[in-house]
Amino acid sequence: MSQSAAPVLEARRISKRFPGVVALDGVSLALLPGEVHALVGENGAGKSTLIKVFTGVHRPDGGDLIYNGSPVAFGTPLDAQRAGISTIYQEVNLVPMMSVARNLMLGREPRGRLGVIDTARMYGEAERILAGYGVVTDVRRPLRTFGMGVQQMVALARAVAIDARVVIMDEPTSSLEPREVETLFSVIRRLRDDGIAVVYVSHRLDELYEVCDRVTVLRDGRVAHTGPLAELERLKLIALMLGRDLDEVRTGGLTRFSRDRRHARERDGAQPAVRAEGLTRRQVLRGVDVSVWPGEVVGLGGLLGAGRSETAKGIVGALPLDAGRVVVAGLPLRTGSTTAAIRAGVGLLPEDRKAEGIIPALSVRENIALAALPSLSRAGVVSDAKIDKVVEVFMRRLRIKAASPHQPVQELSGGNQQKVLLARWLAIRPKILLLDEPTRGIDVGAKAEVQALVDELAEEGLGVLLISSDLEELVEGADRILVLREGAVVGELSGDDVTEDTIMTSIAERGAESDG
Amino acid sequence: MTGSPGREQVSRVLQQHGALMVLAALVIVGSVAFDSFATAGNAASVLVSSSFTAIIAIGMTFVIISGGIDLSVGSLFVFGGVLAAYGSQYGLFVALALPLAACGLVGLLQGLLIARTGMAPFIVTLAGLLGVRGLMLAISDEGATTYLVKDSAFARLGQGGLFGLTWPVYITALLAVVAMVLLQRTAFGQNVYAVGGNEPGAALMGVPVARTKVYVYLMSGLLAGLAGVLNAARLSSGVTILGIGLELDVIAAVVIGGTLLTGGAGGITGTIAGVLLLGVIQSLINQVGNLTSAFQQVVSGLFLALVVVAQRLLGRAQRLG
Repeated sequence: MSQSAAPVLEARRISKRFPGVVALDGVSLALLPGEVHALVGENGAGKSTLIKVFTGVHRPDGGDLIYNGSPVAFGTPLDAQRAGISTIYQEVNLVPMMSVARNLMLGREPRGRLGVIDTARMYGEAERILAGYGVVTDVRRPLRTFGMGVQQMVALARAVAIDARVVIMDEPTSSLEPREVETLFSVIRRLRDDGIAVVYVSHRLDELYEVCDRVTVLRDGRVAHTGPLAELERLKLIALMLGRDLDEVRTGGLTRFSRDRRHARERDGAQPAVRAEGLTRRQVLRGVDVSVWPGEVVGLGGLLGAGRSETAKGIVGALPLDAGRVVVAGLPLRTGSTTAAIRAGVGLLPEDRKAEGIIPALSVRENIALAALPSLSRAGVVSDAKIDKVVEVFMRRLRIKAASPHQPVQELSGGNQQKVLLARWLAIRPKILLLDEPTRGIDVGAKAEVQALVDELAEEGLGVLLISSDLEELVEGADRILVLREGAVVGELSGDDVTEDTIMTSIAERGAESDG
Repeated sequence: MTGSPGREQVSRVLQQHGALMVLAALVIVGSVAFDSFATAGNAASVLVSSSFTAIIAIGMTFVIISGGIDLSVGSLFVFGGVLAAYGSQYGLFVALALPLAACGLVGLLQGLLIARTGMAPFIVTLAGLLGVRGLMLAISDEGATTYLVKDSAFARLGQGGLFGLTWPVYITALLAVVAMVLLQRTAFGQNVYAVGGNEPGAALMGVPVARTKVYVYLMSGLLAGLAGVLNAARLSSGVTILGIGLELDVIAAVVIGGTLLTGGAGGITGTIAGVLLLGVIQSLINQVGNLTSAFQQVVSGLFLALVVVAQRLLGRAQRLG
């Protein structure tokens, strides 16, 4: 990286307003060729808006965008892409049903005679390009038959192949395996060495320090800090993002779990809040047993695809099972029925809150009341007064930030959407909550609040099943951890055995055995 | 992804070529069961009567792959036919140009409304269905006037032919080949798949989403009009009572052919197989003799339901596999 080089892309006092919100307020950022620039901030800080200004999705209301030394105004994402600014989005934005090769080459397929696409050359070229990213595969297969790691590499290869000068990555590692993350980082470093400017957006601090050169911290639509990342202490960075006093952050630790770990003997005599036995589903789950006692937080550890989310879905009946039974507070549950599960007091906070959780166009109030409607109505007629009361209680208790209960949920930040979902399940007075990645993709502040809430709920006697890829969250939050691998429980850790090391060892040990 | 690629491949082949396999099986069964089925005459009659549906279905395949639907094609088919018969009094050129221009214009307007305003294709083309049928009735005195084809060159287009097959069959075959190349081997075709497979994603990949949609509806309108034109030439008149519910038959054929109603996947081969399959089912039921054509609809309906269920299962196998 050469600091003296002229910026390839520069935002000068960019402003962007949406109805009721100032998303960007005079943001300046200079992106140098051959640097990896971290863009961080809490949700609602303006990261997404800034990226969308860079990529032609939004037009700024004020300020200038300078690209290669001259002012530009991109009308559409296509304009930005043609100019050399590519984006790898959080949810990989490719076409799942089209083949890998066609995704990679869409819009610039090699032509043969009569301008017709030369498929043989297209497949050959796609194979050659992907090999450079460590992906060797049949490029004719539909993209959706591959894992997220491959899909991400295809998206990245696509961006680079269209002569990108600037590559913007929004949470690129959120669904990757550690091994795939390593591959991604080596590709990013290669891009940097080739003089491409990379904007790297992530909530994972470890990754930022591993791969980024400089950092820009956004807060409330303004730049809170810009500078080399290595010189910035980790806690200082968090403090900048939160806009809080450094001391306050330091005493809080990195997660907000505070309870002492409970020990197995405390549950003598009681019966489990939920007991799942022999959950089996072809190619997904192989006889998973899970029990959660009241007041206990049980963590599910394991790599992506180990069957953690599927276990949770199997318990609530959202995943059809080939075999297995679920007992809630001593009563057997009819499997395969989410209605029965909700009635029995089981709530699932799904991993993909956009697709499986919130109903975006409905209001905060309606989203909260949804699952509890049967208990808030008499003879099928819903009582408005009862709903208002429940909604008010939970909005206050979970500190949901919304203009009013009638604001559509889609207008809230990710953290607040997650809280609305939590409220929905708390409103049914559950015996057990299954939380699948409850803090993924939400900002640091909301994360801490959700973690504190999990503690609080367990203290009150709720059983919690916690799924998280964040090992630290798992270790500090759970009383007991079950490690899954390839759809089976391969280890159980409790008490002082619960550390990041033991979890990783457990995964690795069993992995070595089953490979041999 | 722990499944075997073999399973995944099998289900993909079934998805894409299932209709063709069932078609082949039915033809074999029909030939064995009925002496009068596997005759050149019967084959020609199935091909000729299927060709008009097939032309419309080619356009519909593009529309459905792009994630849309076109309900106006039945009305455009009859409107095109009436305009062609009316225009034939001014010669061959007018008989062709007038209906194609009118139907193309309707398709273009529908496409623009869908692409530029974001209105639902179902509603826009439902309006087209009602409005165009109204237009057709307006120019034919509430359907009372049946224009007769005055131009013999035009009539030959629908009635003449080669080797026992009429021109519409050859035109359909040519259009199918062109459509296949268009869909699989041109940027436009790739854009159609991309728009139907992931519209926001396609926009971010630089696909001209709006333009692609406009073209797709324009094409569907033109092809529905062309089918009407050829049919008018075949019948030597602009019959006004045709085409009611035709759009649903066409959609059924496309879906039976393996194109997903949700968009993003499908193809012309499957569509042609789907159209022929419905034609063969009808022909077989005619062979049985004492069954009415009402029964043909029952069988087609059952078959459609079967295909949709099979697609669900295959889709699941592919995702989990």
